[in-house]
Amino acid sequence: MQIRPILAALRKHRLATILIALEIALACAVLCNACFMIASRLSAMHIVSGVDENALATVQLSGYDPAKSADVDARALAALRAVSGVQSVALLNSIPFGMRRGTAGITTDAAGQRFGGVIEFYVGGPGSFHALGLQLTRGRGPQPDDFQPFAGLMPEEGPIQVTQALAEHLWPGEDPLGKQIWQDKFHFRVVGVLKTLARPDPPGWTPGKRAWSVFVPALPGPFLSGSYLLRANPQDMPRVMRDALLAIGKALPDVVIDREDSHTLTELRDITFRNDHAMAGLLIGVIMALLMVTALGIVGLTSFWVAQRRKQIGIRRAIGATRGDILRYFQTENFLIVTFGIALGMLLAFVLNAVLMKFYELPHLPLYYLPLGALALWGLGQLAVLGPALRAAAVPPVVATRSV
Amino acid sequence: MFGYYLDLALRSLKRNRVLTVLMVLAIAVGIGASMTTLTVMHLLSGDPLPGRSQHIYYPQVDSDPTPEKQRKEPLDMMDYRSAVDLWSAHRADRQALIANSQVKVRAPDANVPPLMLNMLATTSDFFPMFDVPFEFGNGWAALDDAKHARVAVISSDLNDKLFAGKNSVGRTLRLKDSDVRIVGVLAPWRPSPLFYDVRGGRFANGDTADFYGKPEDVFTPFNTGLEVNDGNFWQFTCWHAPDKPGHLENAPCVWISLWVQLDDAAKVAAYRDFLGHYSDEQKALGRFKFADTRLRTLMQWLDFNGVVPSDVRLQTWLAFAFLAICLFNTVGLLLAKFLRRGGEIGVRRALGASRRAVFAQCLVEAGLIGLLGGIGGWLLTLVGLWLVRRQSVAYADLAHLDLGMFVTTFVTAVAVSLLAGALPALRASRIAPALQLKTL
Repeated sequence: MQIRPILAALRKHRLATILIALEIALACAVLCNACFMIASRLSAMHIVSGVDENALATVQLSGYDPAKSADVDARALAALRAVSGVQSVALLNSIPFGMRRGTAGITTDAAGQRFGGVIEFYVGGPGSFHALGLQLTRGRGPQPDDFQPFAGLMPEEGPIQVTQALAEHLWPGEDPLGKQIWQDKFHFRVVGVLKTLARPDPPGWTPGKRAWSVFVPALPGPFLSGSYLLRANPQDMPRVMRDALLAIGKALPDVVIDREDSHTLTELRDITFRNDHAMAGLLIGVIMALLMVTALGIVGLTSFWVAQRRKQIGIRRAIGATRGDILRYFQTENFLIVTFGIALGMLLAFVLNAVLMKFYELPHLPLYYLPLGALALWGLGQLAVLGPALRAAAVPPVVATRSV
Repeated sequence: MFGYYLDLALRSLKRNRVLTVLMVLAIAVGIGASMTTLTVMHLLSGDPLPGRSQHIYYPQVDSDPTPEKQRKEPLDMMDYRSAVDLWSAHRADRQALIANSQVKVRAPDANVPPLMLNMLATTSDFFPMFDVPFEFGNGWAALDDAKHARVAVISSDLNDKLFAGKNSVGRTLRLKDSDVRIVGVLAPWRPSPLFYDVRGGRFANGDTADFYGKPEDVFTPFNTGLEVNDGNFWQFTCWHAPDKPGHLENAPCVWISLWVQLDDAAKVAAYRDFLGHYSDEQKALGRFKFADTRLRTLMQWLDFNGVVPSDVRLQTWLAFAFLAICLFNTVGLLLAKFLRRGGEIGVRRALGASRRAVFAQCLVEAGLIGLLGGIGGWLLTLVGLWLVRRQSVAYADLAHLDLGMFVTTFVTAVAVSLLAGALPALRASRIAPALQLKTL
């Protein structure tokens, strides 16, 4: 296939060629960045929580005097445990994908000089560690003696479990067991390392910080009250949840059930990522529309060119060009235009990425998105040009003899 | 002449229906996408208090004494003492303290289970300062603030829920364990954003949709609220853990906002000085470490907090990139269309039509496509806004097309198509008549 005559023909249609190339370039830039954003949203949505989500649910109560917490908790626990299918009920202040009650900044020295970041303190009562289904990679889990009563927001000191992600951030390359963290007057010692435990609100944090959590064992009291973690067989979950809310309503008619936050963890996860889900859907919609408009543009312009060149095509066919030659001519022409567009589009993609990085804390666009985007656009161009090119190939040689 | 061009344009559009539909569709989709996002953007970035916002200011002082925490900005809220000191000085034309909490609400004479609702403890100036509309009754008087009067104003939503929308002024509401008398019921009120509760936006990682939530359901005088719902106030942040969580009067925490109204530039300057003096004085007393203060207008404060969610801004960028692609597409198609009619244009030119006449004729055709695209774009915008309303974001119920945006839709559509038509029309008007006539 000779490229030179094609280039010469394109030079005669400079304006239209540039327009299509620009359209492809812009499409390429948006396509690469939009795909990248979809991928980062999806990876955020698939965060591993580190707990047995399918088997867990939470019930949140409020509207009672903290002084009466012992009584409320005793009645609530009794009512929840009586629900058939419930395997265990425990108290836990923060719930993965749910209520957030333990977010605070920590330091890795007693004087409060070396800031370690803002982390989530999961303060849990007896049974909560096992109910969550947390996995230890090193050290030990909480032992019965570790659960101590407390009067402030959490116990003032004690042994805790940290996530691997947090340990690596605080003490890179060191053994976290035996290390200590401080938060104002609170002071904890690491005795175990968890595989992972996501924060209650992972979308609000950059990817590296989404699992900066610790587990603090404590006995229920005024500030560990009314926030229950239920464990049940995953198949029974919807019924158990319904029965649990009814049971609480009957046992404690005077407290308020926080219905917005009382859900199964599966539901809470869906709610947490609803916006990301919608945004990913929207981005996919935009990409589809974008590709369609681009394809239609190519179809329109090529059809015009085919109509315009009917006579030339006829002459070429009359002096020996095969249908394949004509078909390939238009395909090659499209390939060249799209290639110009892609070359420009890659540059544009990086500019767009730089702008987005400035405003949206997005990481660098990985390089492999560019060849993928290029392949997609080449494919699209070839598909779009096929129809008009086939019509061109069908032009009979006899056209050449008419009205010359 | 215009009528004739319109007729020609219609004929030309009818001649190649597929191409026409393609062009109209491209413009419609581009306009639909960009107008949907632009409408949402317009709703979210608008002025919540038009005509008044330039007089509303948000003072800030830096009460965190931790020496190593050298910050560029003072804290977003105030501790109890600073807020009450500044408020009691009454140096502004109007001033309102604000503290948020959740309160258990029961209505003794309504058969509704107890509710947990958001309560705003504020001072009497809040209602006139923010131009809050009342359905029944009124706000409380300054004297009620001083007397810690057991009164409350409720939202129209709560009035509907508890009293079926009837005038409930004079009825009793039980907040936690205390009875308060309802003195006012608000008319439906939905400032966008809920500006007086905006804070901490710069720590939200762009996830600021919650700034567009509904106003609180219960408003009480500041001290009344603090007494009635003691133990349920939560800090914005603390520099030491409070001794009694939930009780913040003497805690090393910030949790109260102060809003002031300053009617002219001299008063603003005087208030700035007052704020500076107060901060210096507190620094001299050893209570503050940093004498840094700020006095932003309402709109500056919203801007500083980046209230428009980053997702919405991203969608707007995306939509306009999409519109640009649709624009390129239309330029290409129009170019093809006009140049294909080279023969026809050549004849017209040869018969005496000026270049300008050919240009005008082409533009009329482009404008007509834009108008058709605008109608499609308007319909698609309505569909787009319907989709936004189905989302589970705090601002979902705000998404409606107002008259301004309706007009903007058509103006944009026609402007875009004229822009797209200009280049092809120019090319068409440059067609050399002789060359075209030869090939006819």
